[in-house]
Amino acid sequence: MSWVLDAQGLGKRYGRRWALRDCDLQIPSGRVVGLVGPNGAGKSTLLHLAVGLLAPDAGSIDVLGRAPAADASQLARVGFVAQDTPTYARLSIADHLHFGAQMNPGWDDAFARQRIAALDLDHSQRAGSLSGGQRAQLALTLAVAKRPDLLVLDEPVASLDPLARREFLQSLMAFVADGDVSVVLSSHLVADLERVCDYLVVLVNSRVQVAGEVEGLLATHRRLVGPRRDPGSLPTGQEVIEESHTERQSTMLVRCDGPVLDPAWTVEELSLEDIVLAYMGNAGTVRRTRAMKVLS
Amino acid sequence: MIAFSWRQFRAQAFIGAAGLVVLGAILLITGPNLVHVYDVAVAQCRASGGGPGGCVNPVATDDGKLQTLALALVLIVPVVIGMFWGAPLVARELETGTFRLAWTQSVSRLRWLLVKLGLVGLASAVVGGLLSLMVSWWFSPIDKVSANRFSPAAFGMHGFVPAGYALFAFVLGATTGLFFRRTLPAMAVTLVGFIAARVVVAEWIRPHFMSPVTEAVRLDPNAGWGISQSSGVLSVSVNPPDLPNALVVSNDIVNNAGQSPTTSYLEHACSFLPGVNGNPPSSGGGVSHVAVSPRGQQAFQQCVTTISAHFHEVVVYQPANRFWTFQTYETLLFVAVSAVLAGFSVWWVRRRLG
Repeated sequence: MSWVLDAQGLGKRYGRRWALRDCDLQIPSGRVVGLVGPNGAGKSTLLHLAVGLLAPDAGSIDVLGRAPAADASQLARVGFVAQDTPTYARLSIADHLHFGAQMNPGWDDAFARQRIAALDLDHSQRAGSLSGGQRAQLALTLAVAKRPDLLVLDEPVASLDPLARREFLQSLMAFVADGDVSVVLSSHLVADLERVCDYLVVLVNSRVQVAGEVEGLLATHRRLVGPRRDPGSLPTGQEVIEESHTERQSTMLVRCDGPVLDPAWTVEELSLEDIVLAYMGNAGTVRRTRAMKVLS
Repeated sequence: MIAFSWRQFRAQAFIGAAGLVVLGAILLITGPNLVHVYDVAVAQCRASGGGPGGCVNPVATDDGKLQTLALALVLIVPVVIGMFWGAPLVARELETGTFRLAWTQSVSRLRWLLVKLGLVGLASAVVGGLLSLMVSWWFSPIDKVSANRFSPAAFGMHGFVPAGYALFAFVLGATTGLFFRRTLPAMAVTLVGFIAARVVVAEWIRPHFMSPVTEAVRLDPNAGWGISQSSGVLSVSVNPPDLPNALVVSNDIVNNAGQSPTTSYLEHACSFLPGVNGNPPSSGGGVSHVAVSPRGQQAFQQCVTTISAHFHEVVVYQPANRFWTFQTYETLLFVAVSAVLAGFSVWWVRRRLG
């Protein structure tokens, strides 16, 4: 199996603080992968390591089978849209297209020009005078027009208003449908990812809580509501992700291999957000405090 | 990559070029007049029977404000280049986050940095060098009169060595910007570091580029003498002999055994001087040789005549014909230090900023 991203025991430290530690993660190729987790989970650090802006302090990471940013040809295979989509404020859109053309041998100029035309942007306009949404679109155009095999986006829509957010994600989906490209996209909002991703990785405190196809995640997770009982009494093949209890009733979010047959349970389907939140809560004290609140 | 680096640098380059053009025009217009003033004064001096050095040539004080401005520009333009071209070169990309855009294109970070350093570094050296050569050309009639271009201060405002200063200041700015990741502290460190480097080289390194010439000279009682006293110790000094455009490293009065006149010797030889042996001082507590009365003047003359009879002068200096050799050595020194700094930048951008 070839992975677009393969991290083994990956770690990155700033001074004494580990921003990412003991991270093992494999991402299959040809997918649109959502990397979701709370702020400070290490998403940004992981993506910076993947594009070679950072070098690991522990473990290893391979992207498309090679060390990130190993040389110019490896750099050419990975497109990156950084958080807050930085551009050169004093340079025009035309300058940015020249920049892309000079810095990338595989530059698709026709595509870039057509994108700028479709966005109804003036080539002579300075990047500093663009709206946040327009700037994000420009950054996306630069990253896609270099025709990478892997496109990495670090919280690209976090600072955009809802309309710009939707437009950006629509552009992204058009690019993905357009070519044979793998995408890794991080966000702390599941709603953003739900629309575009077909594979999801939940990262909390450097650890992968769950990784898998979105369809598979939706098919194998259920909320069970029924009379109070001990989670240990569930049959094998049903793993409790999150639980809460009142005096008479138990609510459990479980991952199950097959259908839930016990007629005592009311079985509910879950949204992707429910599943992600359960795994994020599962990772630490959040779950315990929540459970205790319900019990008291 | 080069074209884009040029696009980023273009506006600054235009400012530099425009400055050079404006100054060049001013110097071109005023330069011939200085040559004329010099020639007229020399001709008048010859007509009245003196040599070229025999009369006061007014060219040394002609266009005084422009002289000051031109020298000041040669002095400060390199460090200004370091602060405004060097310091922001990488620091601005780090501050605004655009390094994340630049370093994820299909160009290695090493090449990105080398192209930027090379392009703007070359421009810095060209601006520093052209500016200095223009000013040196304009100054040539004045230099013929003042004959001091090898002096510690004037050396760095003549010839092509300011090209080396400008390159060094630029690379220093770029390196500190990379190190501190912020433009403002990098500018401050560049300013201080550049001044320190210039002073250290001018004072302590330049005089040793070649072993100086040592020459024993008879003392001339009519040269400019000085006798001074500080905390009870008397010492005597004399202006060095006339060595036009030479760099005088030291100039000592010694006897055949190599000893300088002692306090007791001076008290004996100069016993009539004011301030010596309880004579009323001419001014203040420490005595400078200021001879106020004819009697004092006479005593002073006697004193230096006595010293001249028993002592001689040892001048250690770099002769004037070494000027361009020294220019080359000092330029190479600053280019070498720039190369070391650039090497550090490359290492830092590849290893530490990862």
